[in-house]
Amino acid sequence: MDWITEILNVTWNFIVLFLNENIPLVVGSVKAVIIAVAIMSVVPALVWLERRLMGRFQVRLGPNRVGPFGLGQPMADTVKLLFKESIIQSSADKFLFHLAPAVVVITAIAAFAVIPFGEPFEVFGQTIEMWGANVNSGILFVFAISGMGIYGMVLAGLSSNNKYSLMGGLRSSAQMISYELTLGLSALSIILLTGSLSLVDMVRAQETYPFILVQPLAFLLFFIAGIAETNRAPFDLPEAEQELVAGFHTEYTGMKFAMFFMGEYINMVTMSALVTLLFLGGWNAYGLPVWPIVSFAVKVFFLLCVFIWLRSTFPRIRYDRLMTFGWKILLPLCLLNLMVTSTVKVIWFP
Amino acid sequence: MELLIFYPLAGFCVVLALGVVLNNSPVGSAISLIGMMLGLAGIFVLQQAHFLAILQIIIYAGAIMVLFMFVIMLLNLKEGDDTGWIARERNLLLSVLTGLLAVGILYKISGILFTAEMDTPAILPDSFGTVATIGETLFTDFVLPFEVASILLLAAMVGAVVLAKTKLD
Amino acid sequence: MTEYFYISLFAVVAIVVVGALLALSTVLGPRNPSPQKMLPYECGIIPTEEAKGRYPVRFATIAMFFIIFDVEVVFMYPWAVALGELKLFGLVEMAIFIIILGIAYVYIWGRGGLEWD
Repeated sequence: MDWITEILNVTWNFIVLFLNENIPLVVGSVKAVIIAVAIMSVVPALVWLERRLMGRFQVRLGPNRVGPFGLGQPMADTVKLLFKESIIQSSADKFLFHLAPAVVVITAIAAFAVIPFGEPFEVFGQTIEMWGANVNSGILFVFAISGMGIYGMVLAGLSSNNKYSLMGGLRSSAQMISYELTLGLSALSIILLTGSLSLVDMVRAQETYPFILVQPLAFLLFFIAGIAETNRAPFDLPEAEQELVAGFHTEYTGMKFAMFFMGEYINMVTMSALVTLLFLGGWNAYGLPVWPIVSFAVKVFFLLCVFIWLRSTFPRIRYDRLMTFGWKILLPLCLLNLMVTSTVKVIWFP
Repeated sequence: MELLIFYPLAGFCVVLALGVVLNNSPVGSAISLIGMMLGLAGIFVLQQAHFLAILQIIIYAGAIMVLFMFVIMLLNLKEGDDTGWIARERNLLLSVLTGLLAVGILYKISGILFTAEMDTPAILPDSFGTVATIGETLFTDFVLPFEVASILLLAAMVGAVVLAKTKLD
Repeated sequence: MTEYFYISLFAVVAIVVVGALLALSTVLGPRNPSPQKMLPYECGIIPTEEAKGRYPVRFATIAMFFIIFDVEVVFMYPWAVALGELKLFGLVEMAIFIIILGIAYVYIWGRGGLEWD
């Protein structure tokens, strides 16, 4: 038995040595896992918030039976969904049918990886950065990865072999690519102001005033496109109940159905965080005596409430109007805003 | 260390590229192609070309593959709908031409492989591949290609409209 | 490189959670398939044909326009970052670029490429 303890000892020593030499790597990995798990556990709370707020907006109570203020409701829902039968209709493509919700969740979480939420600080001689990962073109990374999320919906539509699903998948992908242009173009004016693609640099550039004051039009365009990108009301055409049952996820039941929702809510958080970072000054508190992370969280929370508020205020827009609105109004406005911003920057602030 | 990442990534790409060709269903082929694009983006990151990697995802895996998916959805090619390998005359001609192309590319690559010095890795400055460097190079040294590209895009857009409109009318 | 390792960690966490949830729901959920249940959902009517038909070409044209405009936007990112160095020269360059694409935009608008009817 000696040789076993020997091997174990050697392995143990090797691991300890490796960990000691790579402390930043270990800290970073632990942090990445914590952020990923945290963002996933925000989803039930967000579902609860939405249902409570929607209840208030529509002059009813909302969930209030399970636990104090109905706080146990999302937990109960999760358990219920776990015990539901997972129905896969027989003519569906099994592999793609399972792949679709997974793609939605994975891309949503991976896109959140580069969102920063505070300045780095030092603990025990280790610099802890308040972001999952820092790629030097952060905002492009978010756009690229969340663009991959389209395939979740396309695949759900293609694999279900259901007319509603196919139509919903087509509609959602056409809508998302149309509004992706607006999203990219309106973010460009912020990139012009900061001269950097890094989200951290953008926040640092807003130390004196938030960019919403100088770029109100870009803010409006970005926010509208953001709502359309996350498929939220009034742009929730892909899942328009009255005409398409539930759009691309008509055939999904149980946990797989819940995953589409998880993806949608995580995307909502990512989008709110992006708007905060680009236009509302990120974690800058502008003289208020609060921690940076609190300032950031309050802004994101406010935007999430606006998302829910818009959903209960506006009726759903018709699909042809949605597409012409994106292509004929938002796109020219974006280009105009970009031209004006760049001209002002070059001529008055060289 | 880099090779340790490179070989699995390259293998992943080759397997998925084979998947594109060998898959029976058009959707499966398209999915493999998307996966391969992502793998290629990974290889670009390995080469310090971060911006290029992101472009690879945004343009190829994002925009162009969405068009492929749309075409698949619109045409509704079913499995086995004339996708099998039938050596008709047309296919034979195409195979010969593709084979010639492949031989030509292989000849070119082998030329590079035998003459290039592999043992000295290129030393890159820190700013290599960053967006700022690309912007400065693209908009000072390569102004003309950039403006010509806009004409090319104009032609593409006109072409798209003409095609779609003649189909509709 | 390590930054991309962290991003892949995010994806790994997502895959683990997704896999765990799917596995749990298959273990816990009941399984009583019936011929009616396995049909595609069509509001209670038995589907008469497969969901395979031809769909409007408009979606494909939108995707084509998207590719073209996306390439345009992608050119603008490095330009926006480097504009501080490029000064007026860069501004004029991009103005020419945008005007040429503006011509194309007006053309497709005029030909009715953006209509959705």
